[in-house]
Amino acid sequence: MRGIEKSFHSVQVLYGIDFTVSGGTVHALMGENGAGKSTLMKVLAGVYRCDKGKIEIKGKEVEFTTPKHAREMGIAMIHQELSPIPEMTVAENIYLGREPKKGLFVDYKKMYDMTEDLLGSLKVKINPKEKIGKLKVSDQQLIEIAKAISMSAEIIIMDEPTSAITDKEVENLFQVIRDLKRQGKGIIYISHKMDEIFKIADHITVLRDGHYVNTWEAKEIDNNVLIKNMVGRELSDYFPKKEVKVKDVLFEIKNFSRGNKFRNISFQVRSGEILGIAGLVGAGRTELMHAIFGLEKPESGQVYLEGSPITITKPKDAIRQGIAYVTEDRKSEGLILQMSVAHNITLPSMSVFSKGAFIKTREESNVIQQEIKSLRIKVHTPRQPAGKLSGGNQQKVVLAKWMIKHPKVLILDEPTRGIDVGAKTEIYKLMCQFVAKGNAIIMISSEMQEVIGMSDRMLIFSNGYLSGTLNRDEFSQELIMEMAVSHI
Amino acid sequence: MIKGKIEKKPFHMKAFIAQYGVIVCLILVFAFFTIMKSKFLSISNILNMLRQTSINGLLAIGMTFVVLTGGIDLSVGSILGASGMFAALAAQQSTGMPWGIAVLIGLGVGLLLGSLNGIIIAYLKVPAFVATLGMLSIARGVTFMASNAKPVPGLSKGFLEIGGGSLGMIPIPIIILAVVLVICFIILYKCSYGRYVFATGGNAVSARVSGINVKLITCSVYMISGLLAGLAGIILTSRVTSGLAQSGDGYEVDAIAAAVIGGTSLAGGRGRLWGTIVGFLIMGVMNNGLDMMAVSSYWQLVIKGIIIIGAVMMDSLNSGTQ
Repeated sequence: MRGIEKSFHSVQVLYGIDFTVSGGTVHALMGENGAGKSTLMKVLAGVYRCDKGKIEIKGKEVEFTTPKHAREMGIAMIHQELSPIPEMTVAENIYLGREPKKGLFVDYKKMYDMTEDLLGSLKVKINPKEKIGKLKVSDQQLIEIAKAISMSAEIIIMDEPTSAITDKEVENLFQVIRDLKRQGKGIIYISHKMDEIFKIADHITVLRDGHYVNTWEAKEIDNNVLIKNMVGRELSDYFPKKEVKVKDVLFEIKNFSRGNKFRNISFQVRSGEILGIAGLVGAGRTELMHAIFGLEKPESGQVYLEGSPITITKPKDAIRQGIAYVTEDRKSEGLILQMSVAHNITLPSMSVFSKGAFIKTREESNVIQQEIKSLRIKVHTPRQPAGKLSGGNQQKVVLAKWMIKHPKVLILDEPTRGIDVGAKTEIYKLMCQFVAKGNAIIMISSEMQEVIGMSDRMLIFSNGYLSGTLNRDEFSQELIMEMAVSHI
Repeated sequence: MIKGKIEKKPFHMKAFIAQYGVIVCLILVFAFFTIMKSKFLSISNILNMLRQTSINGLLAIGMTFVVLTGGIDLSVGSILGASGMFAALAAQQSTGMPWGIAVLIGLGVGLLLGSLNGIIIAYLKVPAFVATLGMLSIARGVTFMASNAKPVPGLSKGFLEIGGGSLGMIPIPIIILAVVLVICFIILYKCSYGRYVFATGGNAVSARVSGINVKLITCSVYMISGLLAGLAGIILTSRVTSGLAQSGDGYEVDAIAAAVIGGTSLAGGRGRLWGTIVGFLIMGVMNNGLDMMAVSSYWQLVIKGIIIIGAVMMDSLNSGTQ
């Protein structure tokens, strides 16, 4: 790709980008959210047409009219935003639009066999006849990857492929990527997870604010150089942990159970503490938090706040007691995408901003402005629909929404998933500020670095069981992994 | 209004059409009929037109609340009929009941049927389409049974004033519509309840996580729809001076059309009340103008359908991005 320029409605997002991928290599594309990575790749995949610049495949200039055209020329893209068809099976989703046919009819047997082989080669244990809508996000992502691989592409673009899968599954994916390399394919890999990038990439290119910064061979540089180029400034303290005096027990649960989702879980969190909850995807962590927050009913369980038992049967109860929940999937559970940023922020707090039945708009507007400023949320105007923001900013809106309630206990479920380095550090800083005031955070995270870097204590879940507890000085990747698989 | 640093955006024709196209449409349609028939622009005609439209207007406002939550109410026409019928039965001169009681009975029936819809949809988890389809049938059947399929004439003078009378020059139904409009505007835009309605329609799961009682909000919009349909039924019955079992048959189409033309998305979470107003005004102007031009009512149906499709098409063409 040479000199690619692109604008949307007079807002320029790409300023003359050059980008090259060679067959048999993995080229990582990095940059903060909004740097232009996804946009550049969508131009390559035929989703957008660039305003200026040209694309060459094997030396020949090409111009894509549609994504299908790009696919036919050998470019496959696995999007960050999954869009499977929930009511159709795995196999139907993979072969959508190119089902193997026997005359006029779809050859279902062949389709299911082909899918089995495909999934087998990826070591993915999913039934091809399962309805894809019933699978977890991490499984849907694996299917998405399988689909692109099945399209015999020469160039495969992977946009945040590991955002919702665990380390074990990531290793499988890397095996497959290495196989594809050996077959001479070119892989473009977009991810914010730097340890992954260094494990798998041959080359790294950094974009910043729509501009091309530089390209290196992966072995030439390290984390610090990378971050500096991505952000344009020194980022010290990637995990800004400060010593916080941990005081009395603030929040406690006892004997929470629901079938085989989570069994007899009890734990305490102290004021000033960040309690990390590690485990493989599917270990029951999110289900437990849903139950604690009142979104789902457990079979048993008691919650204590500052020593006294409290009853939570619905989210409003938890909120009233000072508990906040930043859910795993901000788009489907955390935000109302069509509503403005402003209204999203004040939604759980309407009673504060209302006199009788009427909204005190000026007061509300002031608080909204304050939050946007203090969390550094990048918006044109607070009236912008929340759906138009980048992932990092969307997450900040969710945080703002809870912060104005001054909660005592903040539950974070994968707080930095799909968020760039700069925004991640900002969120970590906010977390530290939060607990420094004497509050507590319960953080579910599947990112090893993050849970090790930010937690004071860690619980490890395995298949619904609480398989272990570790203090900060006991943290080790191997130990955590061991505990995470102990009940599988 | 939200105060914020608003970047000056260049004027985009497409965005303007999307937002305000309906008003332009209304003006064009109005202008068209004024040119075709000079009598169109007379005060008496306009007042008459507004008097007729006020019934559809009430239904459309109620429908807007429902559609904003992502639901639909196919039973409004039947609820209108049922409420009007029970109000008529109570308002007969033979019963000697004050017209105020008859009005309360009519409203009560509307509220009751709307609540049944709401409970079935929100708490028993029956899809709105199905539940209100069933209610459409049930309410109509009850209406016929209550009247023995015979018209109910001889209504008290006070009751007849509601639909047929005027306050000075302005017909009473228009005043009622205006009052309802103001109240609904306030509820939807100045009260937290309104935010909850938009939130529930935009993303019910997120709304629930934020502590909103989604079931209650969902139930409430059907109650509003039912209540307004009841009010419309009282006005219509009063205007035609007798309770007719088939009153309101088919009115749900116009109500949905008004909301949709006005820019309210059937998927929920997006829409505007003033858009609905423009929507039912367009239809009212059309009905009135075409009647004046003696266009066959069958043509009117065709034109109505074209406008509905056209309006939504313009909306989706614009919201589709690059």
